[in-house]
Amino acid sequence: MALRLPRVGTAQIGALALILAANWVVSPQFFDIRLQDGRLFGSLIDVLNRGAPVALLSLGMVLVIAMRGIDLSVGAVMAISGAIAASLADSHSLPVVLAAALGAGLLCGLWNGFLVAVLGIQPIVATLILMVAGRGIAQLITEGRIVTFTSPDLAFLGGGSVLGVPTPIVLALAMLALTLAVVRGTALGLMIEASGGNPRASALAGIGTRLITLAVYVWSGLCAALAGIVAAADILGADANNAGLWLELDAILAVVIGGTSLFGGRFSIILAVVGALIIQAMNTGILLSGLPPETNLVVKAVVVLAVLLAQSPRLGAHLAGLRVLFGPRKA
Amino acid sequence: MPLTDDAPLLSLAGFSKSFAGFVALDRVDFTLRAGEIHALLGENGAGKSTLIKTMTGVVTRDAGTMRLNGAEIAPRSAEEAVKAGIATVYQEVNLAPNLSVAQNLFLGRQPTRFGLVREREMRRRAAALLTEFGLAIDVSSPLESYSVAIQHIVAIARAVDQSARVLILDEPTASLDAHEVEVLFAVLRQLQARGIGIVFVTHFLDQVYAICDRITVLRNGRLAGTAPIADLPRLDLVRLMLGRELSEATAKRPPHVESAARTPVATFAAFGKEGQVAPFDLTLRAGHVVGLAGLLGSGRTETVRLVFGAEKADCGTAEVDGRRVAIGSPREAMRLRFGYCPEERKTEGIVADLTVRENIVLALQAQRGALAPLPRREQDEIAAKFIRLLDIRPPDPERPIGLLSGGNQQKALLARWLATSPRLLILDEPTRGIDVGAHAEIIALIRSLCAEGMALLVVSSELEEIVTYADEVIVLRDRAHVARLSGDAVDVPAILAAIADAPSAPAARHA
Repeated sequence: MALRLPRVGTAQIGALALILAANWVVSPQFFDIRLQDGRLFGSLIDVLNRGAPVALLSLGMVLVIAMRGIDLSVGAVMAISGAIAASLADSHSLPVVLAAALGAGLLCGLWNGFLVAVLGIQPIVATLILMVAGRGIAQLITEGRIVTFTSPDLAFLGGGSVLGVPTPIVLALAMLALTLAVVRGTALGLMIEASGGNPRASALAGIGTRLITLAVYVWSGLCAALAGIVAAADILGADANNAGLWLELDAILAVVIGGTSLFGGRFSIILAVVGALIIQAMNTGILLSGLPPETNLVVKAVVVLAVLLAQSPRLGAHLAGLRVLFGPRKA
Repeated sequence: MPLTDDAPLLSLAGFSKSFAGFVALDRVDFTLRAGEIHALLGENGAGKSTLIKTMTGVVTRDAGTMRLNGAEIAPRSAEEAVKAGIATVYQEVNLAPNLSVAQNLFLGRQPTRFGLVREREMRRRAAALLTEFGLAIDVSSPLESYSVAIQHIVAIARAVDQSARVLILDEPTASLDAHEVEVLFAVLRQLQARGIGIVFVTHFLDQVYAICDRITVLRNGRLAGTAPIADLPRLDLVRLMLGRELSEATAKRPPHVESAARTPVATFAAFGKEGQVAPFDLTLRAGHVVGLAGLLGSGRTETVRLVFGAEKADCGTAEVDGRRVAIGSPREAMRLRFGYCPEERKTEGIVADLTVRENIVLALQAQRGALAPLPRREQDEIAAKFIRLLDIRPPDPERPIGLLSGGNQQKALLARWLATSPRLLILDEPTRGIDVGAHAEIIALIRSLCAEGMALLVVSSELEEIVTYADEVIVLRDRAHVARLSGDAVDVPAILAAIADAPSAPAARHA
């Protein structure tokens, strides 16, 4: 049995440091940060800012995956919430816009959770439904056009800053803090790890596994809706065809890089966010290096492979074996 | 029997293995002769599994040599071991349950013509092979449609047919009933006559004396002793395994208290579920142990699952403290302060990835709800208390529970429920698959819980054990409660008679 000991995240943090260092090599001004018009600028800030949507998605995705599930619909939910936010932005006040967009995310999450927890449909199939249909719903909302808006309130969520820190970063940090408080501040984290690790045993120990399953999909929907709002606010419009396209895969990747197993159980919220930053740091690095952007995907695959190998217990055992063979002999 | 001093079939010398500083095997020697059945015994964690795994190459050993028929071999995987002539059959049969018996027998070595599998030829050969083992079954049916005993025999037949000269059986009888064990033993005797050497790992001492020729005992990773069966009476064997005298706990029974005098905790009337167990009446009292006896599949587990709400009853009533209650889920049962240690420890009990501490506090935390987390300090205290109280080893609350031995996992599961201070504790086969020492400790625990006024409902296949602690025994047959024995009527012959549906013989009643 390959039992994993509590992880400390050396592999992930090491990988992030390595990529940031590589970025610094290809672009010596990578770590330069300057204050301009009351807002911080610089490549590092850019990594955080552009990484915020995937980081938001990974906050929900990590809980879903810890429950042995998967949520393929988050990209489509981003498109829906973005479309709603952009359509309402110029005619309604910000609280109404946010409530409507987040409410849509909540409903999407409830739908996924209902299919998985109540009807017992396999998560990958259940969320595939909304992954496909969601983008269609978003197009219906925008009536097939790219909806633009001018409302400065909503635009602030994408391009503004709080104490110099770009708003998307602030929102992602706030959501991270909220998720940590809800999950690790209560016994929910233990219950999710137990239910994901052994659902039958957990149900017999009195854990309401069904309700928790529903809750993690709702949370994933909410996180996706917030990511969608940020993405729409950033470009001052909603493009139902492309908003959040394929980002569900980046979010899953972020969670897996963060060391959470697709078989459920143990998870780390913070390392999932680190995973999201690793992905964005790579994207930014390739842009800075002047390599053709097409290489991005290949480089990404290589780095992902490296991080996964670094976590693999089996590889660890083999390396230990090599050390025994070639290392200094004990007397 | 060919048990002379002729050269051994298989000999191991100086086998050692440590895992991350923990010595699992320390210079163990072992010999197996052709045509002998050799029991490999020891408490959980004594090193039996490690010895088997290092023999078959599943785990690489640190030191040691192995000779088969005088030639040194060093298999590096289970397949290589099979090729060399050493086959292993595990407790959980490692075959494909959805494939047919014939396909399982010839998986990976199907008879082919022009690259196509010759189905009919395969079935014919499968039937012929099984006939040798006295099994006349339809080989085209899926393996899972047969009992565990037959699945075991199929696994053995497959192993032997792959030119095995050494057959290792790792607790093959753990989930078999008495008749199935006999069938399996007949097969083993036949293999023995063919000159195959058999290593037999088990927890059932009766079976050791029924079939084995020699015994090797391991203790704490070391060889504790090897002897022919005739030279090792049962008491000496237990002493060898434990390194100490087995406490009197398992032998004596405290005087029975008149049942009716005890306060009922829960009363079930005409309680049952279609297809699970026929409606039954059951009264559980404080300070009182009710045992459920019967063969596998007789409805014992089904009964306790209904009582705990893991299955929803479709008829009858339940009363707790004189009030009608509905028990529709484990959560509702827990609200009534019931607890349930299931039989399937791995799939329904432990959460292997989580630590011992997390596993222990799980039910208590579920009872409090997610919004009232147990402070870490309190969790540490609870874990430390039960690790001390139940002597859970190693005494490390932060170790993933999956790394513990079966007996210690069982203790941690008991701790999980004791932490919720239940009024009724349901134990399904609490001593299955765990070592003799832990057996005695768990029985002692059952008694002390009972003395403290807890109501207990215990399912057990170990009749000798059940009579030592049960105040009342209910016998099940064919998914129905068929007999109730209480007080001095509780004894092994009476239970056996009820199980076998024989007229209850006026057996010698012992106090």
